[in-house]
Amino acid sequence: MGEKGRARYGLREGWRAYRLIAGMWIRSTMAYRLSFAMTLVSGLLVTGLDFVAILLMFSRVDALGGYSLPEVAFLYGLSATSFGIADLVIGSAGRLGSRVRDGTLDTLLVRPAPVLAQVAADRFALRRVSRITQGALVLAYALAATDVDWTVAKVLLVPVTLVSGAVIFGAVLVAGAAFQFVAQDAAEVQSAFTYGGQTLLQYPPTVFGKELVRAVTFVFPLAFVNWVPAAYVLDRPYPLDLPEWTAYAPPLVAVACCALAGLAWRAGLRSYRSTGS
Amino acid sequence: MGSVRLYAAVAAGSFRRYATYRAATAAGVFTNTVFGLILVYTYLALWDERPQLGGYDQAQAVTYVWLGQALFATLALQGGGFEAELMERIRTGAVAIDLYRPADLQLWWFAADLGRSFFQLLGRGVIPFAFGALVFPSALPSDPWLWLRFLLALLLAMVVSFGIRFLVALSGFWLLDGTGALQLLMVSGMFCTGMALPLNAFPEPLGGIVRALPWSAMLQMPADLLMGETGALRTYAFQAGWAVVLLVLGRMVQVAATRRVVVQGG
Amino acid sequence: MDAFIELDGVEKVFDVRRRTGFLRRERRQVRAVDGLSFTVARGEIVGYIGPNGAGKSTTIKMLTGILTPSGGRLRVAGIDPARERTRLAHRIGVVFGQRTTLWWDLPLIDSYRLAHRMYRIPDARYRENLDRLVELLDLESLLEVPVRQLSLGQRMRGDIAAALLHDPEVLYLDEPTIGLDVVSKARVREFLGELNTERGTTVLLTTHDLQDIERLCSRVMVIDHGRMMYDGPLAGLHEAGESERTLVVDLERELPPIDVGPAARVVRVEGPRQWLAFPASESAAPLVARIAAEHPLVDLSVREPDIEAVIGRMYADRETVVPGARNS
Repeated sequence: MGEKGRARYGLREGWRAYRLIAGMWIRSTMAYRLSFAMTLVSGLLVTGLDFVAILLMFSRVDALGGYSLPEVAFLYGLSATSFGIADLVIGSAGRLGSRVRDGTLDTLLVRPAPVLAQVAADRFALRRVSRITQGALVLAYALAATDVDWTVAKVLLVPVTLVSGAVIFGAVLVAGAAFQFVAQDAAEVQSAFTYGGQTLLQYPPTVFGKELVRAVTFVFPLAFVNWVPAAYVLDRPYPLDLPEWTAYAPPLVAVACCALAGLAWRAGLRSYRSTGS
Repeated sequence: MGSVRLYAAVAAGSFRRYATYRAATAAGVFTNTVFGLILVYTYLALWDERPQLGGYDQAQAVTYVWLGQALFATLALQGGGFEAELMERIRTGAVAIDLYRPADLQLWWFAADLGRSFFQLLGRGVIPFAFGALVFPSALPSDPWLWLRFLLALLLAMVVSFGIRFLVALSGFWLLDGTGALQLLMVSGMFCTGMALPLNAFPEPLGGIVRALPWSAMLQMPADLLMGETGALRTYAFQAGWAVVLLVLGRMVQVAATRRVVVQGG
Repeated sequence: MDAFIELDGVEKVFDVRRRTGFLRRERRQVRAVDGLSFTVARGEIVGYIGPNGAGKSTTIKMLTGILTPSGGRLRVAGIDPARERTRLAHRIGVVFGQRTTLWWDLPLIDSYRLAHRMYRIPDARYRENLDRLVELLDLESLLEVPVRQLSLGQRMRGDIAAALLHDPEVLYLDEPTIGLDVVSKARVREFLGELNTERGTTVLLTTHDLQDIERLCSRVMVIDHGRMMYDGPLAGLHEAGESERTLVVDLERELPPIDVGPAARVVRVEGPRQWLAFPASESAAPLVARIAAEHPLVDLSVREPDIEAVIGRMYADRETVVPGARNS
């Protein structure tokens, strides 16, 4: 089997194991139906209130960094939905550190399935759909309230951006998990990038200092989750005066992020298997 | 006097315990700094649009952000102190052991939480705060006495924070699953403490309401005291008032909970 | 001999960082496994013992592909575990004594259904294996019970069944009887014996319980500091360690220490009860007969030496050339 054939085989096996394990977790959750319903409702409440913070700001101002409320809602909806999807699919990988600490990672390593798939499906939490729901609702409001000259390209760009954004956030989550092979109780560093990144992307790039925008465009390319494609859709100046074609770059950026995250994961796993801790 | 020594030992032990989580502390400092950066830029844009929002100028708004990040872990503004641990002990029944210990449940956990608070003030609070003060314009006083008065307000804020979280933890005696209560604590922490937006920048009449709630004793009032927006006596009176109410309430709930445990036979 | 597990000069070196001051760290290399060589034939049951930190679990982790060896050659069923972990996984079964792999909140049967699909076990074979394991391990009444409600012994039986559904050729057991009551221990041992005779499954088990080894293993490997200290039959281990068993006798009344000549010596007296030590390789029968004939005997029991005591004695005389040790 060549390198390519092997990768495809690994991907298929991984997806299969992922579905099996996630399915088991859903059944486990359903063993406590009432508790599940409660966390689902409170999850909706918590994520919902997240947008209320922005509404509170807009109760005192009409624009932030030159963006109106529906425009900020567009940014918010894109990043929250993307992050919600990534968090649902692969967010559990953030628990890797505790699995390494208590030694239960070893039980995953003796099963005939890729470890990343098993870790990602570990404690699969269906309640995380509340974040996606809330993000999608805000996005729907934004689409209805913004004044956009819709073209075919713009319409197509929205779902493409959502998926690419989810993949970029997913890559961040995997890279963060890989880091936990080395530093087991540094799970909070990951939240600086994920929750921090999501908070950052809720606001227009015009709000932030040039250095910060440069960092999240070229170093941690979170800008492609929503800022750059949204600038195209909303006919706004591009952050850092990027060329116009970059609005279509999110899928490319997502693929590159995946490749890097994959390398980080392999390095992390290799270091675990050589040190056992 | 012996009991004072006991609780001091509990607090010191808790301080040391948190001091051993070095990587977690470093990670927390990093996270608080990143969140501080994001919020500072957002607030600068907000105050650009609306100068003197909530009576703050830009420098004050920035200082408020860094104060919030410094106190985030110290006052467990969105949870993360002892409450999850105590709830777990209630759920597993291990709390019965605590109740039979020759120490008071409330005081025991208060001492432990105080130890945690002090560690996190030093370990997680100082660096983001210093970073913010050095990199951005700030509105910090030069009067050392004002800093001292601020520290006393911080101590009272720790008491209020404990009072709220103790009540949340004790709800575990009646609730089967504590997740909801902890989530509620998180949400209230996000809004009512002013972590999302300073309480004086809230639209009225919402602002008036949240400023009267105990959460405003934690971040908002000490911040106003430090930046010269309010007097020390007013701050202390407000904080001490809520502290007493919460502690007495906690004591009453504890008595009811203890009776429940005894009736159930542990 | 069909070598199923082969180790040749296998090493595992860890870098251990230790904090020696506020910021100073000391780096030190620890050889957890230090040039280990042995082979296990298909169908053997081998007890793998040694004190905590001797390198037992590091060896098991290398055999299962969890850890990559730092040196030497290692093959299980002809496969290099570190390179082809998932391919190997289909051919081995692993039971971690203290960590269940069963699904906590779900009925036991659900964990088996997952194994069925994850290991791609053909339906007919799954059905057949499940029926057999359920019968042998007496799991019928437990299949619909959520795992969290099972007792420790029931859970261990459940775990063993889960590890065997895909017909592994080798079963690794890490402390399979730890914490179990006497009845559960006996049942687990009986099952493992049957598994080995009927299916020819190779078994490698680590344990602190000498009885596990006495009942099951024809061969024992003792490891310490990552090196093989002994490899051979259990009887030889007793000789090597010059271990002793203890005969506890309850007499009618308090008496001075019994004198039975060189066959045994009294090591402790407590009221009418006396403890006599005698070589583990000797039978207790003549000793018991003699005491019963000469003294007012009420009751007696024989205590086996525990594994730590045996090994401890062995180490006390490390210079002895150990019979059968293939590595030193």
